[in-house]
Amino acid sequence: MTTAAAKPATMAQALQRAMRDAMAEDPTVHVMGEDVGTLGGVFRVTDGLAKEFGEDRCTDTPLAEAGILGTAVGMAMYGLRPVVEMQFDAFAYPAFEQLISHVARMRNRTRGGMPLPLTIRVPYGGGIGGVEHHSDSSEAYYMATPGLHVVTPATVEDAYGMLRAAIASDDPVVFLEPKRLYWSKAPWSPDAPTAVEPIGRAVIRRPGRSATLITYGPSVPVCMEAAEAARAEGWDLEVVDLRSLVPFDDETVCASVRRTGRAVVVHESNGFGGPGGEIAARVTERCFHHLEAPVLRVAGFDIPYPPPMLEKHHLPGVDRVLDAVARLQWEAES
Amino acid sequence: MTVQELPGDTAAYRPTPPPAWQPRTDPAPLLPDPEPYRVLGTESADAVDPELLLRLYAELVRGRRYNAQATALTKQGRLAVYPSSTGQEACEVAAAMALETRDWLFPSYRDTLAAVARGLDPVQALTLLRGDWHTGYDPHEHRIAPLCTPLATQLPHAVGLAHAARLKGDDVVALAMVGDGGTSEGDFHEALNFAAVWQAPTVFLVQNNGFAISVPLAKQTAAPSLAHKAVGYGMPGRLVDGNDAAAVHEVLTEAVERARRGGGPTLIEAVTYRMDAHTNADDATRYRGASEVETWRAHDPILLLERELTRRGLLDDEVRKAASDAAETMAARLRERMNAEPVLEPMDLFAHVYAERTGQLREQAAQLTAELDAAADAEGEAR
Ligand SMILES: Cc1ncc(C[n+]2csc(CCOP(=O)(O)OP(=O)(O)O)c2C)c(N)n1
Repeated sequence: MTTAAAKPATMAQALQRAMRDAMAEDPTVHVMGEDVGTLGGVFRVTDGLAKEFGEDRCTDTPLAEAGILGTAVGMAMYGLRPVVEMQFDAFAYPAFEQLISHVARMRNRTRGGMPLPLTIRVPYGGGIGGVEHHSDSSEAYYMATPGLHVVTPATVEDAYGMLRAAIASDDPVVFLEPKRLYWSKAPWSPDAPTAVEPIGRAVIRRPGRSATLITYGPSVPVCMEAAEAARAEGWDLEVVDLRSLVPFDDETVCASVRRTGRAVVVHESNGFGGPGGEIAARVTERCFHHLEAPVLRVAGFDIPYPPPMLEKHHLPGVDRVLDAVARLQWEAES
Repeated sequence: MTVQELPGDTAAYRPTPPPAWQPRTDPAPLLPDPEPYRVLGTESADAVDPELLLRLYAELVRGRRYNAQATALTKQGRLAVYPSSTGQEACEVAAAMALETRDWLFPSYRDTLAAVARGLDPVQALTLLRGDWHTGYDPHEHRIAPLCTPLATQLPHAVGLAHAARLKGDDVVALAMVGDGGTSEGDFHEALNFAAVWQAPTVFLVQNNGFAISVPLAKQTAAPSLAHKAVGYGMPGRLVDGNDAAAVHEVLTEAVERARRGGGPTLIEAVTYRMDAHTNADDATRYRGASEVETWRAHDPILLLERELTRRGLLDDEVRKAASDAAETMAARLRERMNAEPVLEPMDLFAHVYAERTGQLREQAAQLTAELDAAADAEGEAR
């Protein structure tokens, strides 16, 4: 057996490992946020970092999101690489002023004189039975702000590789962590070399010929399952995991859609004004003559995130994806 | 039954005393003086270094002229807007002069003058207001953060920078400036709280100029003074006469040095007055009377300093002329340079959004290039 034997590891462990490796390699990397120190974060993603690197490098801050992000801006101005944890998706909103007015545009307003290399980790999305304000999918807000990178891993390996890339990036990166995948396991050894994923590239998780499912983050496993189930109906679905919403990998997405001629965008944030609209529009603009059917969207309903006992009706599941796939037989319908 | 049942004999019940409580910090030393601290016109003025008084004077005169010139430039349409700090020059100048080269200044939109007094090129300081770029200078070169428009949002940046410098072992201090209205913003609270908890070497200077656009201080806060707010964070609050350049300089220098020695942050409220309107777009007669303005005219920062210099035999026609000549030279040069059309590079739009251009931005840059080429061709044909 080699030392790189792959035991099952969780996404949370991979993320933690990414921060630990980054901190060990680069003394300017600082982790900060609410409860990230002694407790190791409410999801234990920063577990052990304060012990290993000291409280100056993994800091329990006062309870103030604008203050956390605002001070991180100043720290980045002085040459540090802050990695900020926002405890939950909906609790990042107090920091939006700092995010939009400063983080996103500091490089631009200073003509490149003051780039901000900082990573903002946000556990996001539903499916964990969280009470109100613990399950928002806020990616559309981030996507709508030029100057930010917006990425989200869907696998244990990507969690490591993408977080390393985010921390290494000289631009601010909003790193969305699908919290319902925190405990998903995969054979992954922290000792094995893991590729650091350049930000901005989508990947084909499953090749197929009859239609493309375009998805990311928590919806990737849903689409993989749907693709398996669709085989029985004679559909051979390709699943594209975007990984990065900004920048957007038009190339991989459009190449896939041109091959299959049909596409469904799947995400759990609400559909109206959501990421799917942008993605469908891009695909339509670029692949119109290859399309056999309109690009469809499968999204969460246009409602405030529902109470946990109802969330299963809100979150797009395998059946909803399959329904959309069935609707791709456009000629028959129209 | 809503009242909790008490065990045993109710009459004999005595509540257990709560655990002993101690204030975390003795508030008394943190409290500001009841009156704004003053130097000019008091006995302590004798102790002020004449060299310093003369430097303050030259800077105040130059600053006043700068404000007048920039205001004139708005009337000529050369600047979109200019928030003048006329009347507040003592705060601006003394703030800049209290810093060492290695320190950082975090100015608000009104603090152009502090940036210029710190040595920034007067034209670069106006780029934001002229509109050719948001920040006309390299912040690292001058150690001046971009002039900040959203209120109080630069305060946490100052705290983070000061904290980072201390972590790196540098004895750098960050000075953050904000208006009285800005103290009501959440970021003001968060910045002061972080600074106190981290003991970050930060100095907060509030220029209380009486108004936030049209809203007077009484509608902004019910606190005894803005300096009193410091006590709630566990840092000292200082109240100073913002038109007394010597007093502002002393209080700021003290706070900066204390921060540098590891003594933590200070909140300073400088009581001053905005003589001009909020900006050229504002009509100040709608919210304040002429008599109030006149009262403050008698307490003008340049006047106060001139009186003191005269008393000590430091001001003669030569000194006056030297200061005013330097100011005129600066103004003439500024006028001349601001009258030249700025050279704009449209492709800069895409130059500094990300470290590396995204595919989306490459496409959009190509589109703009094509539009510019077409426009150049059309112009060529028209000629
Ligand atoms: C977050 C935010 N809200 C509103 C404004 C619009 N605004 C610009 S200046 C100003 C008044 C600020 O007053 P004060 O803080 O006292 O500073 P001063 O202008 O007197 O220097 C307002 C409301 C702003 N710039 N930022």
